[in-house]
Amino acid sequence: MIPGSFEYHRPATLDDAVSLLTEYGDEARVLAGGHSLLPMMKLRFAEPAHLVDLNDIDTLKGITEEQGVLHIGAMTTENELIASSLLREKCPLIPEAAELIADPQVRNRGTIGGDIAHGDPSNDHPAVMMALDADLVLRGPAGERVVPADGFYLGTYYTLLEPGEILIGIRVPVPPSGSGASYQKLKRKTGDYATAASAVCLQMEGDICRKINIALTNVGPTALKADEAMQVLAGQNINDSLVGEAVRKAMAICDPAVDLRGDVEYRTHMAGEMTRRAINLALERARGNRS
Amino acid sequence: MTKQQISFVLNGQPVEVLVEPRELLIHTLREQLHQTGSHIGCETTHCGACTVDLDGKSVKSCTVLAVQVSGREVLTVEGLAVNGELHPVQEGFMQEHGLQCGFCTPGMMMRAYRFLQENPDPSEDEIRWGMSGNLCRCTGYQNIVKAIQYAARKLQSAEGA
Repeated sequence: MIPGSFEYHRPATLDDAVSLLTEYGDEARVLAGGHSLLPMMKLRFAEPAHLVDLNDIDTLKGITEEQGVLHIGAMTTENELIASSLLREKCPLIPEAAELIADPQVRNRGTIGGDIAHGDPSNDHPAVMMALDADLVLRGPAGERVVPADGFYLGTYYTLLEPGEILIGIRVPVPPSGSGASYQKLKRKTGDYATAASAVCLQMEGDICRKINIALTNVGPTALKADEAMQVLAGQNINDSLVGEAVRKAMAICDPAVDLRGDVEYRTHMAGEMTRRAINLALERARGNRS
Repeated sequence: MTKQQISFVLNGQPVEVLVEPRELLIHTLREQLHQTGSHIGCETTHCGACTVDLDGKSVKSCTVLAVQVSGREVLTVEGLAVNGELHPVQEGFMQEHGLQCGFCTPGMMMRAYRFLQENPDPSEDEIRWGMSGNLCRCTGYQNIVKAIQYAARKLQSAEGA
């Protein structure tokens, strides 16, 4: 399987990349790690006439912390997320989720920006970014704008990205002390997308859960923020019966596609179970009982 | 589409080749440069038979465009043995019967070669995790794990010597 014909561009700067995208409009696609786009091109699900490879733009790589906010370059690979001691210390949820994506070779190519910008509901970072209250930095011909990850997805493969715009970075506020997080993903085998997965990030103050975010992977047309489930738990002394109610609210928003991973009932049920496990582990982590 | 001249280093030697932008690295390696050790298995980034080393990282060459390796360094299974002497990873696969049909073996060995540099003293679990991007339909993996353990011991003793 070989992709259709296209013209290949490898700009060295972001400005050049934006002008190429502006010049070729709908005919152009951005190439990041290529591990979603190239398979789609082989199958002719995507047939861009121009491919703009971002791999030579060094400014799109790397992870830094500035004033309590983690800045992650969009072209940072999954394996770079996993290897980052800064992330392990400040936001272990991100490397924990990255370890559940694909396999070692794919993680050397696949990037966090590609995973987020592609708009595939089976990708893992979108839910994680929603749970972490992350912001996305977009750069286009008109300049830069920052949008929340929650709200970025309009539909399957359909995001707030305008023609000519590139996701250049992700900003993640460092979770304060007393926080706990977990990403629970059920998959059939290594390298598979989630049958269902749930990202939870919460903040405890004594026995009370001050704030909680819950977001789901691959059980709807986009990653889903489980607002009603969150409302059940926020401000509460969380117990099993409240968790059970939150799980039911999370399951209520699921609308999974039917594929080889399971039917609607099974995937919905598994989204609930992943949510239950993620809440419980996040709680234990926030209380310092589990690493 | 017009072809592009690209140059890169393959197994220590500079090579130049004319490719269409849509040409995948695995095809350039096998069909233009006649290095047929890397195999085409699934063509969908699952099986790992086409695994090569690109600038010191394992990649699946069915999902990398040849134009993307211009100016970079590629190592394939043909480059593992030095002066006719097998690399410890190759020796391990031979000694521990780490193959049956042999189709997945070049990719297995290229991944094992890089994995043992990332983690020179791995546990069995770490080997299975590190090799999880390579599929074998014959061995049940047990002897592949043993082959990599053999190579790890040999590489470590060579380092200590």
